[in-house]
Amino acid sequence: MHIPDGFLATPVWAALDLAAIPAVGLIARRSQAGLEDARAPLLGVMGAFVFAAQMINFPVGVGTSGHLVGGTLLACTLGPSAAVVVMTAILAVQALVFQDGGLLALGANVMNMAVAGVLAGYLPFHYWGQGPWRRAAIFLGGVLSVLVSAFLTLAQLRISGIPMPSAVLGLSMALFLVSALVEGAVTLAVFGALEKMNPGWVRKPAGAISRLRGALAAGALLMASLGALVASGLPDGLESAAAKLGIHERAWNLFETPLLDYELQFAEPVWMRKVAAGLVGLAIIYLLCAALSRWLLRRRSP
Amino acid sequence: MDPLIRVSGLRFRYPDGTEALKGVDFELFPGETVILLGANGSGKTTFALHLNGLLEGEGQIRVCGLPMDKISLPEIRRRVGMVFQDADEQLFMPTVMEDVTYGPLNLGVEPAEAMRLAREALEQTGMSAAHAKAPYHLSAGEKRRVAIAGVLAMRPDILILDEPTTSLDPPGQRDLVDLLTALPQSKIVTTHDIAFARAIGTRAVFFEKGSIAALGTVGDIASRFGWEPLPRG
Amino acid sequence: MEEWARRDSPLHRRDARVKMILLLVFLVWIGTARPAQPEAYAAYASILLVAALASRLPLLSLLWRAALVLPFAATFALLSWMAGDAERAASLVLKSSFSAFAVLLVVATTPMPALLAAVESLAAPKMLVMVVQFLYRYLFVLSEKAQHMWMAAQCRGGIRRASAGGAIAVLFASSHARAEGIHRAMLARGFAGHMPLIRPSSLHWLDISFLATGILVLSLGRWLWIL
Repeated sequence: MHIPDGFLATPVWAALDLAAIPAVGLIARRSQAGLEDARAPLLGVMGAFVFAAQMINFPVGVGTSGHLVGGTLLACTLGPSAAVVVMTAILAVQALVFQDGGLLALGANVMNMAVAGVLAGYLPFHYWGQGPWRRAAIFLGGVLSVLVSAFLTLAQLRISGIPMPSAVLGLSMALFLVSALVEGAVTLAVFGALEKMNPGWVRKPAGAISRLRGALAAGALLMASLGALVASGLPDGLESAAAKLGIHERAWNLFETPLLDYELQFAEPVWMRKVAAGLVGLAIIYLLCAALSRWLLRRRSP
Repeated sequence: MDPLIRVSGLRFRYPDGTEALKGVDFELFPGETVILLGANGSGKTTFALHLNGLLEGEGQIRVCGLPMDKISLPEIRRRVGMVFQDADEQLFMPTVMEDVTYGPLNLGVEPAEAMRLAREALEQTGMSAAHAKAPYHLSAGEKRRVAIAGVLAMRPDILILDEPTTSLDPPGQRDLVDLLTALPQSKIVTTHDIAFARAIGTRAVFFEKGSIAALGTVGDIASRFGWEPLPRG
Repeated sequence: MEEWARRDSPLHRRDARVKMILLLVFLVWIGTARPAQPEAYAAYASILLVAALASRLPLLSLLWRAALVLPFAATFALLSWMAGDAERAASLVLKSSFSAFAVLLVVATTPMPALLAAVESLAAPKMLVMVVQFLYRYLFVLSEKAQHMWMAAQCRGGIRRASAGGAIAVLFASSHARAEGIHRAMLARGFAGHMPLIRPSSLHWLDISFLATGILVLSLGRWLWIL
């Protein structure tokens, strides 16, 4: 699901664009890995491969079919940072050439699908990719990448004030769950065939086998994106916390430029608080998960 | 006369263990067009890739008197122009002009000079009108010509063409013959097309299982190894 | 689209960098517009109409392509409308389709290489631009291949789940081989770690005045509270 322009509120797309530019720039540099420009043709051709692979429909049963999204497959073959670059390139081409997703919303789409989606898709493989849970890890990666992107997308739409009655939200989440399961299954099927053809294409995961860490990391990501979705609709409890931190006051100053001054009317305090609440909620969930995993790890290795 | 290329005792084994070249000796003299014949998998392309330093085997290779080593590799790559079988892989830049200037720019030529070299090469191959086009929109014959132009812009002494008639229609093949015979460079051409080989080749070598089984004229080799085209019926 | 981009018109002739900057300003303006202001949308529409006419491209085909966003927009517009927020419903549809139309106009009047060079000179990471360049170059080559595989499978009784996995893996393998071939072709022509780029030419005075006028019109519109 690519967000078109005109859907996200200004602070949302602006913040995500500002976040995406350095993130992708940094990851792009990392993906070159000292090889200078030598990897560009491979990454570009693999991007074209994802487009082409999406033309091959997968029968899912009950007369429906799905297709590959590709983030997990790319992450487990090219490596996560290269996969982020490839997915970003795909989103850029979709926005420019196919009018699929907006240009201002590109930052949001990149953060949801190329950055969060690829990392979520790679995490299980990173931790379980060598052990007996390998196949489960690949499947789970496919599922997670689609779910995390979808939750973040829905959360951003909701924060931007797009009304989403619970029935609609429930229905779209159910649909996303189905496509997430399809992505898991497709990724697994392609993976099996790839490994038979040439095991060298599949990366050796760098992480030590650690079920616990994998489960925690995957759980944390899912919870965080789900949390963002929940927080986007239920900000009241966290409102005061955000106000205390002075977030919205600073945000106000940011938009108080002569040309944008009507923004003051649009950016009602309630509305700004929702954004702030979502961010604070995310931060709290992240901190909780990080603290929990650190505590558990320390207990395991005295 | 000194040979442009002298290869002796070239051996090469692919990482999977297949022995692709088992001691090849070969010489190319100025003005020659040598046709490499032989079955699929007999080592022709593997051999050709060595002449540009794209593969590294055991044995001696000297190109224009230069040894095949790190220092002279850039110079060898300039002098030996390689035209690959799949033009879509060779034409990787977004437009014809950018593709043809790619080689000269890599050599450190100034952009204006690179453009001049490219225009000259496109004129030589009859593709001047296509300079702003995207390679995807060219026909197979046009792609082949642009690929050749991309190599000519580097001012090579030797051209290596791997199956250049692939996917060309008969008029396209005739045009290619005219173009290649007009080019002054020495050439090494791999092909299965005997009519084409006869039209451009000054001599031929026959590859069999990774070594050169015979040398001679195209006609000799073709009849000796049963490489004649199907009889017309 | 490729064919459109290679035609000629006043809009085609403008420098890609100028078009990109104006596009971004225009998108930001629309993106930050208040939901309810019919005269603002009329103004945006007329700007787009003038630009479309200047591009000398078939207006109906342009509209049809830009309408690709409508299914998505209409769904959420319907939701907003049912929630009693008709203003938001209208603004969602208008904002998204106007933005899509603006992007389309720029992309349809600028050849892809020029567009990418412009994006690169506007400080996008070079690596990413190169990846997009290669992606675009091989997009149709590989899609054609996938289509042929799909047809071949249909000829033999359709595709099953296991065979679809295999088909994608085969496509992966051939894409990988192609990337290797490209890399080899690059090396053969002296690739030494960096892709040479032909810099976009310097700006013509017409481009600069076009840029200035565009920004002036948009800013004035905003200042006068129309846009």
